[in-house]
Amino acid sequence: MGAGGETAAVIGIGMTNFSATRGDVSMPGLVREAALRALEDAGMDWDDIDAVVMGKAPDFFEGVMMPEIFLSEALGCVGKPILRVHTAGSVGGSTALVAASLVHSGVHKKVLTVGWEKQSESNAMWALSLKQPFQVSINAGAGGYFSPIIRQYMEESNAPELIGCMVAFKDRQHALLNPYAHLHQKDLTFDQVVESPMLWEPIRYSETCPSSDGAAAMVIVHESIADQAPNPAWIHAGAMRSEANNFPGRDEVNPQASRECAADLWEQAGITNPREEIDAAELYVPFSWYEPMWLESLGFCERGDGWKMVESGATHIEGGDLPVNCSGGVLSSNPIGASGMIRFAEAALQVRGMAGEHQVTGARKALGHAYGGGAQYFAMWVVGADKPNN
Amino acid sequence: MAEISVPSSLDGVEPVQSVRTPIRMEYIFTPGVAAQTYLREFGNKKILGNVSPVDGAVLVPPRGADPRHGALCDEFVEMPHTGHVGSFCVTNVPIPGRDLELPYISAWIFLDGADIGFLNLVAECPPEECRIGMRVEAVWKPDDEIGMTAENILYWKPTGEPDIPFEAAGVRGWHVRRKGEADA
Repeated sequence: MGAGGETAAVIGIGMTNFSATRGDVSMPGLVREAALRALEDAGMDWDDIDAVVMGKAPDFFEGVMMPEIFLSEALGCVGKPILRVHTAGSVGGSTALVAASLVHSGVHKKVLTVGWEKQSESNAMWALSLKQPFQVSINAGAGGYFSPIIRQYMEESNAPELIGCMVAFKDRQHALLNPYAHLHQKDLTFDQVVESPMLWEPIRYSETCPSSDGAAAMVIVHESIADQAPNPAWIHAGAMRSEANNFPGRDEVNPQASRECAADLWEQAGITNPREEIDAAELYVPFSWYEPMWLESLGFCERGDGWKMVESGATHIEGGDLPVNCSGGVLSSNPIGASGMIRFAEAALQVRGMAGEHQVTGARKALGHAYGGGAQYFAMWVVGADKPNN
Repeated sequence: MAEISVPSSLDGVEPVQSVRTPIRMEYIFTPGVAAQTYLREFGNKKILGNVSPVDGAVLVPPRGADPRHGALCDEFVEMPHTGHVGSFCVTNVPIPGRDLELPYISAWIFLDGADIGFLNLVAECPPEECRIGMRVEAVWKPDDEIGMTAENILYWKPTGEPDIPFEAAGVRGWHVRRKGEADA
């Protein structure tokens, strides 16, 4: 009950295949596909659901205003409460936490939560480069924004230049174990990752997430229902924090909101040594260098040592003591509004033992993590195979 | 489901799954007191910052409130036209609506005396020579082209002065200055 109030668990998970263009489905068809799979996994029907909580990137990505209204029929929630969450790239994570809070608070017993994006019907580069009257229009999308932050991390940590390439290569290898992943680059070599062109130096094309269509959904229920389910993923802790994206002395590399969110999370979960106690982590890594940066910020190692974990293979599913992004991560599938929820859902799949070929053997506790905006919104949860204590 | 008959002229034509329909929206932006004051004076080749009433932090461009606690900032201060690169990106990707020659350098410029940076173009500098801490100065448009627009400064160019050390460059400078004040 670390997350506060009533105990809750994930008993249903559904994802679509992720790809550049899901031309075979409309937006309603896309979200319905994920939701139906989650309901089937939970052994439930539409009528069983009390409320729906949805998240996606800002409306101007697809240009559909208030899509939660437009999609309510596809999600079987006509006449039921539907709630929309807005926290930029972290939204999939925050959406799951809001859904969980409806159960923790005792308001609802069975909540369906969905995150989605149809980037093929959107223009993220445009949407993330909007002109403002008091600033020159010069920022080239998310890569343009995060490149200067990564450059500072590289300089302050003295990390070897190819650490980012190691992360990208590792996540693309992991993606081969996940049938849902967008990128399946079977013949990719490390040299090809290194030789890939610089888009936003120091970020290479190969170190960047793809643009994907896709949706993810979960059924989150009260303990009384989860007790009847074969293998629930119990929610041990959930935390959100945010901060402004530009203020005097802001630690852009390791934001205060991230550190405080992690500290809250570990305290709720009763975790004192995350590196020892977490068996698998799904971190939001849309640009490769964010893996070592978040490892440090989350307290898996000291500041400046994240790249050493990458270099040593600690985050690889084969032989690593803290496998990170066994699903292939955001670097292999990025339907923005779903990306955070995929991290949360993948963490739940790991502790349910349902991650298939990318299962971490014997995983009991897993971390789901998402960030958004100018690395200023954070959402995290810890799920476990065992019911939380106290 | 009802059968839909398609005219024979469409036999063998690939079905349309989506269409692109560009739309256009025009709007009037009311910038508020701070941004309005900034843009007006920018039209006189002056760069204004806000001074935070909480601890004297200087915020450029001014937004009328301190982002840390929302405190009203109604004091303005005129800034010099020199500063340094807090960090930067060498961009090889064209951006919508801008015709910039690739690659170009977008940099967080910290004006001398300012406590936050703002994003600007750096030129007259090969990308491989750009550095965190590099000193730069503004290159303005010709006087008869200056208006109340953010585009008054064409770009920033290196001054050739010694760099600001990494530990004091960009966002780190705030902590160095605070420590200096505390020690004094």
